[in-house]
Amino acid sequence: MASSTALGPSVARADQSEPDAAASERRPRRRSRWRRSGSEAPAPAMADLAAVVDEPVDIAPNDPVIAYFAGAPHAVELDSLTLDSPAVDRMREAGVVLVVPLVTNGELVGLLQLGPRLSERGYSKDDRQLLESLARYAAPALRLGQLVRQQEVEARERERIDQELKVAQLIQQQFLPENLPDLPTWHVAAFYRPARTVGGDFYDFITMPDGRVMIVVGDVTDKGVPAALVMASTHALLRETGSRLSSPSEVLSRVNDLLCADIPAHMFVTCLVLVIDARTGTVQFANAGHNLPYVRATDGTVRELRATGMPLGLMPGLRYDEETATVAPGEQVLLYSDGLTEQHDGDGEMFGFGRTRDVVGRARSAAELADLCVSELARFTGPGVEQEDDITMVALERSEGAGYGDAADDAVELARFSVRSEAGNEREAVRRLEAALEDVPLTDDQRSRLSTAVAETAMNGIEHGNGLDARLLVDVVVRRTATSVEVLVSDAGGAAPGTRTEEPDLELKLAGLQTPRGWGLFLIDHMVDAVEHEVDGSRHTVRLRLDLEESA
Amino acid sequence: MSRYPVHVEGEPPVAVMSLSGQVDRSALDALNAAYDDVDATGAGSVLLDFHDVDYINSTGIALIVGILGRARAHGRSVLATGLSEHYQHIFSITRLSDFIAVFPDTPAALAGATPS
Repeated sequence: MASSTALGPSVARADQSEPDAAASERRPRRRSRWRRSGSEAPAPAMADLAAVVDEPVDIAPNDPVIAYFAGAPHAVELDSLTLDSPAVDRMREAGVVLVVPLVTNGELVGLLQLGPRLSERGYSKDDRQLLESLARYAAPALRLGQLVRQQEVEARERERIDQELKVAQLIQQQFLPENLPDLPTWHVAAFYRPARTVGGDFYDFITMPDGRVMIVVGDVTDKGVPAALVMASTHALLRETGSRLSSPSEVLSRVNDLLCADIPAHMFVTCLVLVIDARTGTVQFANAGHNLPYVRATDGTVRELRATGMPLGLMPGLRYDEETATVAPGEQVLLYSDGLTEQHDGDGEMFGFGRTRDVVGRARSAAELADLCVSELARFTGPGVEQEDDITMVALERSEGAGYGDAADDAVELARFSVRSEAGNEREAVRRLEAALEDVPLTDDQRSRLSTAVAETAMNGIEHGNGLDARLLVDVVVRRTATSVEVLVSDAGGAAPGTRTEEPDLELKLAGLQTPRGWGLFLIDHMVDAVEHEVDGSRHTVRLRLDLEESA
Repeated sequence: MSRYPVHVEGEPPVAVMSLSGQVDRSALDALNAAYDDVDATGAGSVLLDFHDVDYINSTGIALIVGILGRARAHGRSVLATGLSEHYQHIFSITRLSDFIAVFPDTPAALAGATPS
């Protein structure tokens, strides 16, 4: 045996991803990860036998040497090989003389590459037998080592991906509003459940300088990390634009233009922007391809907030229609992503708009609305069915306690109703007022006075404010505070009545110097303790206050 | 044409006009037609009987002012009865009660009627 200072042979290793040469050949263009692994432990018997060959030799997956050794697991002197193999050429250049294939279960897992024998003689038949015998034991051990290491690498990779997804999830959660908006006399509930760790759905609440609140819900096509990235940039654009522009349609147009510049091809975003005036119940909205919100009326009927438009990110220069609607006290609104409507059950049937609409019709509060949707969906899909897409819902409810004015903190709403502007309907208003005041401790005189004041005010609204146009309503809100009863009567007059030119004077009237009419405002003033007028946009509201303690 | 019934009672004779329901815009014709009947009686006083009235609004007040004007033009005194406390209060603040003598019931009104 030749003496040697060599530390060991070099070993080529087959990566798990290239389990056999045939598989490698099916993917010829892919760069092989066959390469020498310098870290394998040296076989002790080699120490005195061969010179070091420690230059790594990459072997392409389609190199014929792979098929050759897999089929002929014997020690081979490179000089005897006539393969047209770049790997063999490089091994020769690196000084490799003898190659011993490491084969286990028919799979080439490595190559033992030896330089010239350290004696003057070449490798003998005994040497080769020894090396082949060594290779038979070494190959399974090497394969085992490779598998263990590979699993470690994969586990580390999985851990890294899990960690990164967790971070992504945390980042995405930062985008979702931490708090629900504080909308006086409105209840807001939100639900968000991504189909994967991160999702493409989002919602947001932006308080505008004029006190109105912009509600945004959106859904990026696709899901997972790509969707989450687009969601992040869309969310940022909406938030920035929404804080500057108050018109939902302008917000969508602007964000669409900005998004088109950057969004990857074949991705787009559906989005609904809705601005709520909490005091009046007026909602302005525009829609970029998103599901139409449902509104549940107090009688259980369900209507849509209908506005349509192209999704964001498809082409620049799009314009969006803007619609306005009123959400009446006691009504609920549901904004939802298609993860709800397009979820299938085990038989492939879709939850659909019909079921969603039915659920909306059954809910009695905003909180119940979102909960009911979730539970009905779970009941529909049954156990063990995977959630297909992100599900987002924002439910709103304008409470029965909503008022046109700034209610005192302790005000309790007793009734709210409307009458059509037809002659005589002020009596219907009075009937409902009297029913609402049944449990309020008022004297008969106080009841009568308030009834007369409300009748006169409603009549003014019917005849003058709304000009006896039966399509227009006079709205009445009855509230009670600790010390008073307040009745707000509003019409579409849009302006407070002008100051009265003269106080009615019976003597002048009898003398024909004044019209016999003109008693309405006089009566109102004398029936209650305070009368205020306010004009808000197109509504003129008269606020009547009757103090509960006996007025002087 | 619907009109409130009018009959004559007492001595001196008083034309009693029995109003009913709502004294508002809808009462215009009935009220004026009934006053025509009062005129025809030649009675020196007219008693507006509000016992069966459940609602008087500002238009109704204006109509009563109109009747009061017609009566005054004929030198006829106007009396009222059957007004709830609430409408008595309204008659008071509108000063109608300065020109219309308000009585708690019909006999009191008939007894209180003074010859014209």
